[in-house]
Amino acid sequence: MAMMAPFLKYGTFGEETSLVLAFLIGIGFGFFLERAGFGSARKLVSQFYLNDLAVFKVMFTAIVTAMLGVTYLGWIGWLDLSLVYLVPTYLLPQVVGGLILGVGFVVGGYCPGTSVAATATGRIDGLVYVLGIFAGMFAFAELYPWLKGFYLSGSGEALTLPGTFGLPYGVVVFAVVLMAVGGFYGAGLLEKKFAATGE
Amino acid sequence: MNPYLAGIGLGLVLLAAFVLVGRGLGATGAFNSIIAWAVSSVAPEHAQSNEFIAGYLPDDGSSPLKSWLLFEVVGLFAGAMFSGLLAGRAKVTTEKGPRVSVRVRLAMAFAGGVLMAFGAAFARGCTSGQALTGGALLNLGSWAFMMMVFAGAYAVAYFVRWQWR
Repeated sequence: MAMMAPFLKYGTFGEETSLVLAFLIGIGFGFFLERAGFGSARKLVSQFYLNDLAVFKVMFTAIVTAMLGVTYLGWIGWLDLSLVYLVPTYLLPQVVGGLILGVGFVVGGYCPGTSVAATATGRIDGLVYVLGIFAGMFAFAELYPWLKGFYLSGSGEALTLPGTFGLPYGVVVFAVVLMAVGGFYGAGLLEKKFAATGE
Repeated sequence: MNPYLAGIGLGLVLLAAFVLVGRGLGATGAFNSIIAWAVSSVAPEHAQSNEFIAGYLPDDGSSPLKSWLLFEVVGLFAGAMFSGLLAGRAKVTTEKGPRVSVRVRLAMAFAGGVLMAFGAAFARGCTSGQALTGGALLNLGSWAFMMMVFAGAYAVAYFVRWQWR
């Protein structure tokens, strides 16, 4: 079968249509975030007190689902994975950014996507968190001349796990699936152990 | 909803984004576009001279609000509201534990948002754009980022537990 996807890159439709699709895809995104209970800060932070590991379960199930999807569609020659956008790698700022973001997550109770879902379902703390993101992003932009050196430290190439470790793509996919299944089993055990100390 | 079912749903939405438009989900980029729009409306020259903001201004001079991620986040808002109303979970309230005042909780939410913005800016994405999207694409930086998010959150969780319990 001939290569067909990503449809936008193959010119099946234009930029205007892609914006309509962005809205529709966003609806699905918001729907499942809220269904998972992620419009609630207390549900989200339970992950970090080990009494409800839904964040880990939802996140890794989603990653595995989408990963298997692109892998199979790539193998049957239907999706050209090289045309799917990969964020360039700047390892050091990404590691430090992850740490800061993790602290912000448990201090504020949300991440950007879930704070929007929380705001949409009436959470005042979600709305205030959104305002905090705006303030922080504006501050980052104003401080950028001083932060730029660190922000740009790294290669800036889009590196992947298979490429970096010299492993076949399928092997890494399989390893991620195994890790996720093991993680789900472990998550169940942790929940049992810490459920009693919960509320 | 069962977390594994919600995860499969979320994963299929992410897969649809890959297949249809060749990119994943995100959230932080929408905030950046709004900041770029606001700054360029108030002080156009300042916006152009700031490299970080200029990166979110389209080359052809069209509005920074015409951004894929912003349309997606507007959809996210609508989808979450729809789901919340349907389930009777949508109500005006502040999420907090019993031992903290609303005022302190909101101050913490604001502080968390500020930290999140700096983290997401350095990481070039958040839990959606990096962890979910880059995770599914086996992006090296995304996986390193994801581990660090959990490390950072677990490291300080103990010190802010008064906020939740």
